[in-house]
Amino acid sequence: MFSAMLGEAWHAMGANRLRTFLTMLGMVIGVGAVVLMMAIGQGAEASVKRSISAMGSHLFVVLSGPPRMGGARTATGNAPSLNVRDANAIVELYGVVGVAPVTMGKGQVVYASNNWNTDIIGTTAEYMDIRGWGLSAGYPFSTSDTRSATRVALLGKTVVQNLFGEEDDVDPIGKTIRINQRPFVVLGVLDSKGQTLDGRDQDDTIIVPLTTAQRKLFGNQLPGTVRQIMVQAESDNVMSMVEDALNSLLNQRHNIREGADSDFSVRNLTAIANSAAETARTMSLLLGAIASVSLLVGGIGIMNIMLVSVTERTREIGIRMAIGARERDILMQFLLEAIMISIVGCLIGIAIGVTGAVLVSVFTQAEVIVSSASVLIAFSVAASIGVFFGFYPARKAARLNPIEALRYQ
Amino acid sequence: MQQSVIEVNHLYKAYQTAAGDFPVLKDVNLQVLSGDYVAIMGPSGSGKSTFMNILGCLDMPTAGSYVLDGYAVATMAADQVAKVRNQTIGFVFQGFNLLARASLLDNVALPLVYAGVSKEARHARASLLLEKVGLSKHMHSHPNQISGGQQQRVAIARALVNQPRLILADEPTGNLDSTTSEEIMAIFDGLNQEGITIVLVTHETDIAEHAKRQVRFLDGRIVQDTGAVASTEIGHDHV
Ligand SMILES: Nc1ncnc2c1ncn2[C@@H]1O[C@H](COP(=O)(O)OP(=O)(O)OP(=O)(O)O)[C@@H](O)[C@H]1O
Ligand SMILES: [Mg+2]
Repeated sequence: MFSAMLGEAWHAMGANRLRTFLTMLGMVIGVGAVVLMMAIGQGAEASVKRSISAMGSHLFVVLSGPPRMGGARTATGNAPSLNVRDANAIVELYGVVGVAPVTMGKGQVVYASNNWNTDIIGTTAEYMDIRGWGLSAGYPFSTSDTRSATRVALLGKTVVQNLFGEEDDVDPIGKTIRINQRPFVVLGVLDSKGQTLDGRDQDDTIIVPLTTAQRKLFGNQLPGTVRQIMVQAESDNVMSMVEDALNSLLNQRHNIREGADSDFSVRNLTAIANSAAETARTMSLLLGAIASVSLLVGGIGIMNIMLVSVTERTREIGIRMAIGARERDILMQFLLEAIMISIVGCLIGIAIGVTGAVLVSVFTQAEVIVSSASVLIAFSVAASIGVFFGFYPARKAARLNPIEALRYQ
Repeated sequence: MQQSVIEVNHLYKAYQTAAGDFPVLKDVNLQVLSGDYVAIMGPSGSGKSTFMNILGCLDMPTAGSYVLDGYAVATMAADQVAKVRNQTIGFVFQGFNLLARASLLDNVALPLVYAGVSKEARHARASLLLEKVGLSKHMHSHPNQISGGQQQRVAIARALVNQPRLILADEPTGNLDSTTSEEIMAIFDGLNQEGITIVLVTHETDIAEHAKRQVRFLDGRIVQDTGAVASTEIGHDHV
């Protein structure tokens, strides 16, 4: 009996193809939009999450200079206020598991006839651990390299590509490059890290020992000073404690009285990253919500057309009742039709949404993720919409009085 | 003892209209025994169709009792009434009332769908009945491809498909010419000989003469009844 009803529902759908198609279109667009928007939102979320895990976890960065006030740095001269001894003191703090002083600048790099301008990071061997940054080839530098300021360098992938060419035919390890005219031996190649949250290419970087950078690359304003100190805490739980300890330790070391402006600022990178992830998640939800509205509109379209259909087929309903259809048979017949329209529309919508997602990722390079969950959600929502919006018209049909339905012209 | 298929007592029906209640049936009493063949006649507007619709459980009376096959229709639940319409009664309409979208076979098989019969059995039974009314060649045609007389045959086949005890027909020949009418009536005559109880409405005396019993309506009342005939006597009258 059910299969007979399915067959009839299928026939009824085919009886007025244009109308069925237009009704379905609402569903197709709604589901397509949900699938596509969720794919874009989840893709954005995933790429933010990846940037965060690439950054390293439980991280603070202590910056030279007073905290930014309303976006503008209050001028206290250009000389960095932090130094290596600050870094050494921070190591002793409870809850701190890693510290890396960092100084940075721009450098012109030359290999053979290739030229490249890139960021130079001068830091200690610990930096790599803190950032969770490995090497794809070669070796990292050691503490003895830092101590004796050897001219060695670790190259980011982008730098390698620009100096040694896109193809892998030249092995950069052991080659001598020139940074700001001075020769450096390439020790290793850094793993690719991709972009930062704000879209900077993290692979466009060279890492050299801190002392090398200070003495041989950037000259020096004050011996031993650094622009920033990366600090890694042991776990999420000690983050706020470590932040307080960093502030009080540095205030004390820099002789800053209570209430006076600091000459450094402590930033919780993890918190910033998490809020970025939160933003991405909210975006993703918002996109889904907006797309759901079109699903709702599609549902209303189904309800509308089912009401028209019930009115048009009043006589048919009367005939069916006269030969023994029960209320529930009529209800089921129209409900099945509504569900069928919404499910077929939904399947087409999923296909279109997935295709759209693929096109978006091809043409914008943005990451999109079509998860089975989002497809499943779209499908079940569409089916429920069929039931929900189909129910009222179907019940209206089932409640018709047979003789009045038969008399309907 | 003769079993009565229809027993109607003090039946009233009034339609609610904007101008107030409009009485159509006023104290109708009728008993139809199993195997009877009744023709209802009467002027237009005398309430014949209203009465037939009540007999067919398509409409409910305002007052009075209707006992069908031993069961009081007023006490039945909606699903039971649907089952009665499906299995006890075969209703034939003046306007045929076939589903335009379905083939003749599907039209005839439709009551079996609601009876929960399997697809193979449905098709077997429906094609048997189409053969009986002489339409097996048109099984897969649609109603708009055949003549009015043929459509009425299909409607009769549909009414018969669940082997009902009672056939109700409201002016079954009203839309047909006299030759075609005779063909349709021949089918009814045959069914009655098989033992099926038939009540039909007609305006034509020669159609009414096919029946064993004539009942005349006037202004919502039965004014003439040639009387119930016992089934044993039927044999003497007609064979
Ligand atoms: N739904 C309705 N609402 C109001 N009045 C109705 C309705 N149906 C029928 N009537 C009235 O009831 C009366 C009887 O109608 P009915 O159809 O039973 O007559 P009939 O004997 O079948 O006539 P005919 O021979 O023309 O078919 C008529 O006066 C008609 O106008
Ligand atoms: Mg009538």
